[in-house]
Amino acid sequence: MMTTHTDVLPTEGGLGNTPLLAVDNLHVEFSTRQGVVKAVNGVSYDLYQGETLAVLGESGSGKSVTAQAIMGILDMPPARIPHGEIRFRGTDMLKLTDEARSQIRGQRIAMIFQDALSALNPVFTVGWQIGEMFRVHRGMSKRDAQKKAIELMDRVRIPAAKQRVHDYPHQFSGGMRQRIMIAMSIALDPEVLIADEPTTALDVTVQAQIMELLAELQRESNMGLILITHDLGVVADVADKIAVMYGGRIVEKALVHDVYRTPAHPYSKGLLDSIPRVDLKGQELYAIKGLPPNLLAMPPGCAFNPRCPYRQDNCVSEAPPLYEISHTRSSACHYWREVLDGSHE
Amino acid sequence: MGRYVIRRLLQAIPVLLGATFLIFAVVFALPGDPIGALAGDKRMDPAFAAVLREQYHLNDPLLLQYWHYISGVFQGDFGTTFSKVPVSELMAGKFQVTINLALTALVLEAVIGIGLGLWAALRQGKATDTAILAVTLLLISVPVLVTGFVLQLLLGVQLKKSTGIDFFPVAGAFDGWRSYLLPGFVLAGVSIAYLTRLTRTSLVETLRADYIRTAIAKGMPRRRVIGRHALRNALIPLITYLGADLGALMGGAIITETIFNLNGIGQQLYQSVYLREQPVVVGIVTILVLVYIVANLIVDLLYAVLDPRIRYE
Ligand SMILES: Nc1ncnc2c1ncn2[C@@H]1O[C@H](COP(=O)(O)OP(=O)(O)OP(=O)(O)O)[C@@H](O)[C@H]1O
Ligand SMILES: [Mg+2]
Repeated sequence: MMTTHTDVLPTEGGLGNTPLLAVDNLHVEFSTRQGVVKAVNGVSYDLYQGETLAVLGESGSGKSVTAQAIMGILDMPPARIPHGEIRFRGTDMLKLTDEARSQIRGQRIAMIFQDALSALNPVFTVGWQIGEMFRVHRGMSKRDAQKKAIELMDRVRIPAAKQRVHDYPHQFSGGMRQRIMIAMSIALDPEVLIADEPTTALDVTVQAQIMELLAELQRESNMGLILITHDLGVVADVADKIAVMYGGRIVEKALVHDVYRTPAHPYSKGLLDSIPRVDLKGQELYAIKGLPPNLLAMPPGCAFNPRCPYRQDNCVSEAPPLYEISHTRSSACHYWREVLDGSHE
Repeated sequence: MGRYVIRRLLQAIPVLLGATFLIFAVVFALPGDPIGALAGDKRMDPAFAAVLREQYHLNDPLLLQYWHYISGVFQGDFGTTFSKVPVSELMAGKFQVTINLALTALVLEAVIGIGLGLWAALRQGKATDTAILAVTLLLISVPVLVTGFVLQLLLGVQLKKSTGIDFFPVAGAFDGWRSYLLPGFVLAGVSIAYLTRLTRTSLVETLRADYIRTAIAKGMPRRRVIGRHALRNALIPLITYLGADLGALMGGAIITETIFNLNGIGQQLYQSVYLREQPVVVGIVTILVLVYIVANLIVDLLYAVLDPRIRYE
């Protein structure tokens, strides 16, 4: 079930061919005492209705900053967006007034954070925090909002929701707290949900339950889901497509199954080789050599070149563009053919 | 909760005993002879002095004297002065003045300190912020004696002269709560400065918290993010500070009372120490300690109301 809100933002053409959300050549930089940190350097990705996009990459690669730019919750300054567009149903949100932007934030594009304990306010009950969405954005009475909060807690399968609505965040387990975070984010049926490492703080069995819940909610409401993670393991079952980030850039975009079978960028290949696999049990785990790039002093050419087993001379002299390999797939590697071939053996 | 309050009150007993004994021993050890001091410059008849000494248990060992005293206190009897005035009677009116003064100071401190602190935090790094910090630095570094007399002269005497209206009475407690405004402000001065800084830090820290980012991501208006989500959290440490400060304000009232000629506990304490009136000194200190303990208890209970993570079993 989807509401299209055409009264606020016009949709261009049919829903089928306009992405719900399009990040286009986004740049984000932070001015710090040490200099300008270029955290995001020309990221583009599309998200269609009902689709799940997994954004992958190691710590510091710019996944969260991109998400915060989409939400419009970056602190500006120190952050700055020198180039790029973020189109929501065809309209560039970066050009909207604060007022128009705040009509989207939380209501039509919502976000879940990594650590639900610190992301929930410790001094208000969970019912108050979920109900706030209805009271503030929908003008509901306290009592109706509370009822809605209980419904939502039921929907994310928190046992005894009716009693627990009066509890405070610290009284819940980690998994339950993340469910509350999820309940709060889907309160107003958002069209896009961004989950920033929603399971990193949880133990493995709980991780699987939360992922399942997210996938189920997404199917029910047909929203677009952006799933940020650095765990390739959780991605395979839920995501439709993948964007791999490195040093503030996208290095590979592909359908999930393609990446798993045949990665087309040395970095994605390294990531895949470093997940434990049952069939290779006993063998030493592969780890990508070297350190993540320093955003204050990026290496010339391809940012990955100092760590790349496929490196040639031109990798140091020219930065690779994002080569389009097929309609659904692209790689920012001069030698993507070799990488693909190497993956095939 | 009820059980917690009882436990806390029981815990207060050893603190109270310890503090009063300490002060009792110190006053006892003061050089000079209280009986001799009674007679002023003249010599007292030794036989009469011996009778008085016996009557006031002055020949008993220290611990026994203390026992006589403290068992009386627990029955509401603070003893009498050497001049036969019941200590409780002597203290009652004085405490009223000091409590009025300290409470006025506390209210001024809370309103001005928190107000300025919030203002500075929301204008972080801007001119207003810098100006507020500069004023607090001034308040902290100038002695109370100076602020006291300067404000008395400017806001009391001069303002009355130029407008003909007595906005801030400068001496005595004859104009109801208005008599306490100026002395209250002078007394609170340094505390206002500290509270301003504490408030600023607390709000700035809180605004950096993850749950504030969540509130913004929920699309909450800025006013609500600050006024509800941040403020409720930022207030918690301030309440502690205010509670602890009530005791300090009462104890520190002596200079202010002198400047503004308020006949409160500070002046009485000074006189009694001078006259070696043990029962009065110890009585005043006992009550100050009690006020301190109760204020702390109230702070701890308020804490539980403000911060649900704290539970009292
Ligand atoms: N407020 C800020 N000021 C300066 N630099 C920042 C700020 N916020 C983020 N950065 C920098 O931007 C870069 C990208 O950060 P980001 O949080 O997007 O990484 P990430 O991919 O989400 O990593 P993780 O997996 O650890 O969450 C980091 O190097 C970080 O240091
Ligand atoms: Mg992150």
